[in-house]
Amino acid sequence: MSQLPSNSSTESSVTRIVLHIAGDSGDGIQFAGKQLTIASAHRGYAVITMPNFPAEIRAPKGSLYGVSGFQMHVGSTDIHTPGDTIDVLVAFNAAALKKALPDIPEGKIILADEDGFNPSNLKKAGFTSNPLTDGTLDNYQLITAPISKLTRQALIQTGIHSKLTQRSRNMFVLGMILWMFDLSLEETIAQLQQRFKDVPEIAQANIAALKAGWNYAETVELLQPLHLPIQENENTNAGQYTIAHGYEACVWGLLAAHKEAKRPLFFASYPITPSSDILQYIGNFLSEDVEVFQAEDEIAAIASAIGASFAGAIGTTSTSGPGFALKSEALGLAVMTELPLVVIDAQRAGPSTGMPTKTEQSDLLQALYGRNGEAPLIVLAASTPANCLEYAYWAVKLALEHITPVVLLIDAYLIMGAQRLEASALKKLPPIAPHIVSEDTTEYAPYLRNPNTLARYWAFPPMQGKMHRIGGLEKEDVSGHVSYDPENHHKMVQLRRQKVERVQQVIPPLQTEFADTGELLVLGWGSTYGSIKAAVQYLYEKGHAIGHAHLHFLHPFPKNTEQILRKFDKIVVCELNDGQLHRVLQSTFPGMKFWKYNKIQGIPFKEHELIEAFQKILTSEYSPVQHNSSS
Amino acid sequence: MNSNSGYKAFLSDQDVRWCPGCDDYIILRAFARALAAIGLPPERHVVVSGIGCASRLPYYVNTYGLHGIHGRAPAIATGVKLVHPDLYVWVITGDGDALAIGTNHFLHAIRRNLDINILLFNNEIYGLTKGQFSPTSRLDLKTRSSPQGNIQPPFHIGSLVLGADVSFFARVPGNDLNAMTKVFVEAARHKGTSVVEILQNCPVFNDGVFHPVTDKSTAVDHALWVEHGRPLIYGKDGKRGIVRDGCGLRPIRWESEQPPSEVMVHDEKVDNPSYAFALTQLSDPMVFGIIRRMRRPTYEERSQALKQKVAQSAIVHDFIRKAILQENT
Ligand SMILES: Cc1ncc(C[n+]2csc(CCOP(=O)(O)OP(=O)(O)O)c2C)c(N)n1
Ligand code: SF4
Ligand SMILES: [Mg+2]
Repeated sequence: MSQLPSNSSTESSVTRIVLHIAGDSGDGIQFAGKQLTIASAHRGYAVITMPNFPAEIRAPKGSLYGVSGFQMHVGSTDIHTPGDTIDVLVAFNAAALKKALPDIPEGKIILADEDGFNPSNLKKAGFTSNPLTDGTLDNYQLITAPISKLTRQALIQTGIHSKLTQRSRNMFVLGMILWMFDLSLEETIAQLQQRFKDVPEIAQANIAALKAGWNYAETVELLQPLHLPIQENENTNAGQYTIAHGYEACVWGLLAAHKEAKRPLFFASYPITPSSDILQYIGNFLSEDVEVFQAEDEIAAIASAIGASFAGAIGTTSTSGPGFALKSEALGLAVMTELPLVVIDAQRAGPSTGMPTKTEQSDLLQALYGRNGEAPLIVLAASTPANCLEYAYWAVKLALEHITPVVLLIDAYLIMGAQRLEASALKKLPPIAPHIVSEDTTEYAPYLRNPNTLARYWAFPPMQGKMHRIGGLEKEDVSGHVSYDPENHHKMVQLRRQKVERVQQVIPPLQTEFADTGELLVLGWGSTYGSIKAAVQYLYEKGHAIGHAHLHFLHPFPKNTEQILRKFDKIVVCELNDGQLHRVLQSTFPGMKFWKYNKIQGIPFKEHELIEAFQKILTSEYSPVQHNSSS
Repeated sequence: MNSNSGYKAFLSDQDVRWCPGCDDYIILRAFARALAAIGLPPERHVVVSGIGCASRLPYYVNTYGLHGIHGRAPAIATGVKLVHPDLYVWVITGDGDALAIGTNHFLHAIRRNLDINILLFNNEIYGLTKGQFSPTSRLDLKTRSSPQGNIQPPFHIGSLVLGADVSFFARVPGNDLNAMTKVFVEAARHKGTSVVEILQNCPVFNDGVFHPVTDKSTAVDHALWVEHGRPLIYGKDGKRGIVRDGCGLRPIRWESEQPPSEVMVHDEKVDNPSYAFALTQLSDPMVFGIIRRMRRPTYEERSQALKQKVAQSAIVHDFIRKAILQENT
């Protein structure tokens, strides 16, 4: 919604800007975006980024479906989403412009590489004439430059051979953007030197192009309107934060928990979009007690993690929708054997292969119930790229302290997005005390339980005198011997349920932001946190008694959940699915009424659509179903 | 060897529940004897299984044991072994478990050459589910799920695992306590994946299929026991042997005192798996003993080497480094 102050200029500087860079998938858009993110964060700005890849690996050049985009919302104040609409578009070619145009409000800035608008590119993008010259963009601040040509010229002067020039165009553009935002080149140059330390000619070409772009922007008056320095942020906590992509934060969370718990970490996975980033990144942290295993499929990945847990390690695995389905039977084994295990599911649009690169929150019911038999387990969800660290850590903590499998739900948007992660977040992490049998236990019974938590005591080879045999067959209470006794099965099913329910005693209470009582509570979970927060904040500041609560613990729910829900006249549950949490809430709190607002388009909520939906609910009589009108 | 006296310590207190007369009882005894012969305390052994009659075995031995899910035991064992490379990890599996639902994991464990020992109870039938044909059942076999006869040709287990470059493959009869004990010990000593195919008679659903090669009266003329460095000679009168035949092998008979010079000498160490493959293709005689035993790097060794070569390579902010990495790194 354009009434959101996305560009409220105070004289010559702005508080926040949404920048979108787009071009062919081979243009190095994501790399330039990543460098820009690092440079912005280095300066102390808040950022949230969102890449948008084509599904094809190397789509034909200039085609609409080959457009790779990178969006960054940067500013000196709190930033919660990658931004609804674009303030500055940098288009490498005609197709990039075509795809982004609907998201650019009139009056905003478009910077285009005129070399990317040749007749062939125009045709592929479906333009009948050149939008840069035919008046299509009259209502925008259009700036064109022959960026390809300028990059080539700049590099020829430095004597770098021509093959590298086309590929350095992204750095020329990055140089221009850094100038726009008044960011220095130093950090980026250092990054490039580090990144290409083994191929100095590439480092050199990139740095030359970067500097040329910066100099060009400064010299050419044409670009003056683009100079948009962002207001200085007073409390930048220099050095006390880093940029975190969701996948990095997940890995750091697992490693931090491993260090705290003092148990070996075993991670196994099978590549699947979008979870593969975790597998690819964690491979950098191999050590004496960190093992990373690429298995032959998702079943082998979880099965090997279960073996690792049986052997005394923190067994972990990551996957996405279809792979999560394959893990169901083994998850049941982990429930039955009561072994600590963490499964990270980076949800994507389903069912089946669905839309692999698009985000969705539609695996919640699968995580909660998708197994044969009564098979309860703990389900958590992170809500921002940065807090993937905190919840990956919590997943390990709960698995080790309650000796049970834990599912951590993230999604395509969280895993690929990036954000500032503050050092203070690490200081808040609670201690971890794995529930390991004490050495002097002489008669080890594998299913003897801690009377408070009902967790069994973990013993593993080669501990002496603690040998035991466990498996998927039902066991006798305490002894763990195979048992088909009817009463015993009834009891064991209940014990497994109660063990998970008692986790309520240790998880943090549900919090509300903005109003903590009043007209409307907006309830969400997972990656919708930022957009819900921004929308609620807007209405709250307009004077509504509207609050936001976000569930990070989905099974069991925090103890105070009902108490919070009862403080509001109306409750709306917002999800990127067809109403899964809504369904769970209705059955968990049968007396209460829940509105729902859902979007199933593979993309996140926009602030403005939520604001409109909440406004309607605030003013209407009860009618609990409120679907996204466009779906 | 204290195996004859000490093996009872390796048996658990659980009632063994296989059908009377099942070879599984003999295999269990041979396994316990092998564990005793290896001479390590029981907590250094982890026995992992899938689902099936065979896969019940972990409950009956007094070690660490994990009875997994159907077909996935090699994958579970992989996790155990990678966390504790110094433990002896055994996989107990059946022909259905390893070669139907679990073929994938079975072959990948072998390909990686993880240092685990896979005991494959081949009864050419699904025992636990009460008698359907399996991927090793012979053509035309009438079973409960092939009342008109089986039309799916069987896998040759040996040939299959050699295709994945197995570094240790042996075949033993499930009724020969001493032979099994010895081969299990050798399998454990081998560094790399050992596959032992046990021809296990299921008296209830597939009785007698191995009779010609496992029964003492007929086996002499139909079973060939190989031993490294010894000629491939068998038969009551020692006048039968194996010679090369094109790319394969062929049995011959002779009348002379001395065997013909073409009779081959067993070499279990040859790098090229073709010879061992040809041995596994023979059905009369059926070849027993250690068919292949050679050294190639194990997965754990490669993983260890990799960890020593590369230090943790990601660049992270100092405060992240402090939180996630052990101080000494
Ligand atoms: C996922 C799954 N599918 C099917 C089964 C049923 N099932 C159990 S054991 C078995 C076959 C066992 O045959 P084999 O591995 O040869 O073992 P045996 O009983 O002959 O020793 C089958 C089909 C199962 N337990 N799990
Ligand atoms: S069914 Fe066959 S294999 Fe299974 S226990 Fe009985 S005899 Fe043995
Ligand atoms: Mg069988």
